[in-house]
Amino acid sequence: MDRYGMQNQIACIRSLFDQGYLDEQFIQLEELQDDANPNFVQEIVTLFYTDSTRLIQNIELTLNSRPINFSKLDDYMHQFKGSSSSIGAKKVTSECAVFRQYCAAGNAEAYIKQEHAILRKKLEFYFQMMGQAAVAQTT
Amino acid sequence: MGMAIDRDDTQFHVLAVDDSLIDRKLIERLLKTSSFQVTAVDSGSKALEFLGLNNNDADDDEEDEQRDSNTESVSSDEDQDHQDLGLGVNLIITDYCMPGMTGYDLLKKIKKSSSFKDIPVVIMSSENIPSRISRCLEDGAEEFLLKPVQLSDVNKLRPHLVKGRSKDIDSSHKTTSTRLITSGN
Repeated sequence: MDRYGMQNQIACIRSLFDQGYLDEQFIQLEELQDDANPNFVQEIVTLFYTDSTRLIQNIELTLNSRPINFSKLDDYMHQFKGSSSSIGAKKVTSECAVFRQYCAAGNAEAYIKQEHAILRKKLEFYFQMMGQAAVAQTT
Repeated sequence: MGMAIDRDDTQFHVLAVDDSLIDRKLIERLLKTSSFQVTAVDSGSKALEFLGLNNNDADDDEEDEQRDSNTESVSSDEDQDHQDLGLGVNLIITDYCMPGMTGYDLLKKIKKSSSFKDIPVVIMSSENIPSRISRCLEDGAEEFLLKPVQLSDVNKLRPHLVKGRSKDIDSSHKTTSTRLITSGN
């Protein structure tokens, strides 16, 4: 890894912190990685990606069913918020919290769908960033 | 010659219970980094199964353990020996919010069990609800940790384990002396 490449990757991760995408929990994950477990961060981020994809699909199914099962929705969001918080995905965590408040308030379906679409977009962008960050950890 | 109980004093066995795959991976790494041996399961009922307790009747666990020949269970007689040999569980750390049996339900069942009530139980939760926390502590939990759990939290666990281990040492010494006497030495 040349010096320029290293600096680039450090800058990338730093910007994720600066922009509030990642929080201190991500640093905790990095600290758990060592020579004996060199791929821990990448593994757990990959797990998060798979798990979140499943949750998003379930959320969409729930949103598309009639009547909407708000309790199930809340359940999924609780799980989602939990795992994103464990990873240090700060923005996703707070988005989930907001989303849950809307669900709790029983807000209009259209509004919830809109929020969900926004969250999904942010999550996709986030995964791209996380993918880069995870790769940076293992090199 | 009496039977020497061979044990690695630093190796504690923690049973971790969490329905979240990510949190299970995280707690496993945290515990292993702190030199604990870990078994991670995804539900309260799997935890009870691992301990050899029947789900339905944690009170009457002696009968259940004798019935339960398939599982990796310990009968109440061998229980103490297994703990001494370090094959037993020295601490249970469980998530609070789980489908079916909550961490609180699991805590109650463990505390009702004659074989396992002395195993320290720690509860984790992503939600900071004071009434929940005090209820768990009042009903026997040693600690209540807020998620995400960190290395500093796991370091808090060791004193509870050492306390439990020295209880084992006291009773195991009694057992050893008994064996020495009866073996005719």
